[in-house]
Amino acid sequence: MSPAEIREEILDILADIAPDEDLGELKDEVPFREQLELDSMDFLDIVMELRKRHRVQIPEEDYHHLASMQSTVTYLEPKMKDIVRS
Amino acid sequence: MYDTIIIGAGMSGLAAGIRLAHFDRRVCILERHYTIGGLNSFYRMGGRDYDVGLHAVTNFSEKGARHGPLAKLLRQLRLRWDDFKLAPQLGSSIRFSDAELNFGNDIALLEAEIRKQFPGQIDNFRRLVASLLDYDDLDGDDPRFTRSSREVLAETISDPLLREMLLCPLMWYGNARERDMDFGQFCIMFRACYLEGFGRPLKGVRLILKHLVRKFRGLGGELKLRSGVSRIHVENGRAVGVVLDDGTELQARRILSSAGAIETMRLCDDITEVDAARAGQLSFIESVSILDCQPRELGFDRTIVFYNDSPEFHWERPENALCDTRTGVICSPNNYAYAPEEGELPDGVIRITTLANHDRWCELNEPQYRAAKLAQYDRAVEASVRFMPDFRSRVIDTDVFTPKTIRRFTWHDNGAVYGAPDKQLDGSTHLENVFLCGTDQGFVGIVGAIVSGISMANRYCLQDP
Ligand SMILES: Cc1cc2nc3c(=O)[nH]c(=O)nc-3n(C[C@H](O)[C@H](O)[C@H](O)COP(=O)(O)OP(=O)(O)OC[C@H]3O[C@@H](n4cnc5c(N)ncnc54)[C@H](O)[C@@H]3O)c2cc1C
Repeated sequence: MSPAEIREEILDILADIAPDEDLGELKDEVPFREQLELDSMDFLDIVMELRKRHRVQIPEEDYHHLASMQSTVTYLEPKMKDIVRS
Repeated sequence: MYDTIIIGAGMSGLAAGIRLAHFDRRVCILERHYTIGGLNSFYRMGGRDYDVGLHAVTNFSEKGARHGPLAKLLRQLRLRWDDFKLAPQLGSSIRFSDAELNFGNDIALLEAEIRKQFPGQIDNFRRLVASLLDYDDLDGDDPRFTRSSREVLAETISDPLLREMLLCPLMWYGNARERDMDFGQFCIMFRACYLEGFGRPLKGVRLILKHLVRKFRGLGGELKLRSGVSRIHVENGRAVGVVLDDGTELQARRILSSAGAIETMRLCDDITEVDAARAGQLSFIESVSILDCQPRELGFDRTIVFYNDSPEFHWERPENALCDTRTGVICSPNNYAYAPEEGELPDGVIRITTLANHDRWCELNEPQYRAAKLAQYDRAVEASVRFMPDFRSRVIDTDVFTPKTIRRFTWHDNGAVYGAPDKQLDGSTHLENVFLCGTDQGFVGIVGAIVSGISMANRYCLQDP
């Protein structure tokens, strides 16, 4: 997946977790916690969705990389580059 | 072989099931009754729809709100706010013989009322609000959690009447302990009722249950009704499966039970005796009246009235009588601000809840039981009309259910609505792969039970990949 595809995929997961949110306005560099008020349970869900959908494993010590869209995509790029988007 | 078997298709079991099914676990919910919902189910009688339990969904938040338990559970269950479609309350009241406090979904109203009725206490009240435990502190580790609420309140609020008035709704909506309340539970209920408030879907509990069960099944979860668990089979300190009432055996890696702590222990075949005295004692009768008009036409616009007929609030099982009508809850499901396009409920409804003694109701033979239902309905209504307009001439239909009914359809000891007084906040049992969720884990009410199911599923059933 390219960074743009990874971004799409994260948006898809966020839309699943928070179906009432308008994600069109999401700013990539601002933490999710600030924009969407996601809490630790929600971050765990992002991790679990990535595992469920793409078998991507994220160790607990790396969770902080998922703070914003920008940092998430940067972090996931090497892990997801060989995955083909279905 | 299931990953998880869930005992009970009430709010907590269904919520846990959704979490597990969403993450592709093989999960089966086993329910003894022929329908879902447990303590908050629904039925149809004489051509009308009734809810068993729904007066108010606590923890109201507006569409678009991002924090609070309601927003959190919707995200965890991947539901939309519109799936529950809660209309806000019109307003509720605490009515004691000589004092009244109104409250709504904005704490500012309660504050203004306290400033007016108890001018000397407003700063104390604010201090109390500032000292509440936060939801994040409510895993039971905070030493204040198990403190006596009456003691904590006495340290902050010097007027005993105000203390009793504040406690009354919170005990009614979520206290399993007689006479006093754990401070942690007080904080949960204070947030749920006074800081967040009440809402209700026009279609009642049906709507909530419909979305939960549809979601669960849509994700591939299995739900078996008329499938009571008669035994949890234990080998070498681990549960290996369950035996159903009809003898069917099912295996599972772990079991999550919403049947109650004592009730679950009793199912385990390594246990010969349980301490039944630890079960909850508080049960209710519910007297439902259908009116030929909307309650507002009679001058009654309150959503919920928590009444008490003396300065002191008695929260205990009536020892020497079937019921205790000194205190009660009056609810009109009509008195919510339903969206105009949704319309209104077809009939006027007044529901009254009063404290009742399970054992005394169960001692009655059938004719006595039927007569007692009629007599206790009359007493409950008579007690209530001291605190609201007299609606008796407008009643066109009635229904009453008792602790015996609650017991018969939920199998909870003593028909105890909020379960055992001592909660098992970490959900653990004497077996390493059997866990509790719902009422006896510690969170009660509709929202509480759903949150409990989610958190126990997350903690114990979703950890391994
Ligand atoms: C009259 C009344 C009014 C209420 N009003 C409100 C209200 O206005 N607002 C609010 O938020 N809450 C209200 N509640 C409380 C709320 O309904 C409960 O706190 C909540 O529904 C509890 O859900 P639960 O999943 O923990 O337990 P339950 O609903 O009790 O679920 C347990 C399930 O397990 C099943 N079961 C038990 N034993 C077995 C077995 N051996 N095998 C298989 N299945 C078994 C039972 O049949 C039941 O379906 C009210 C309750 C009552 C009774």
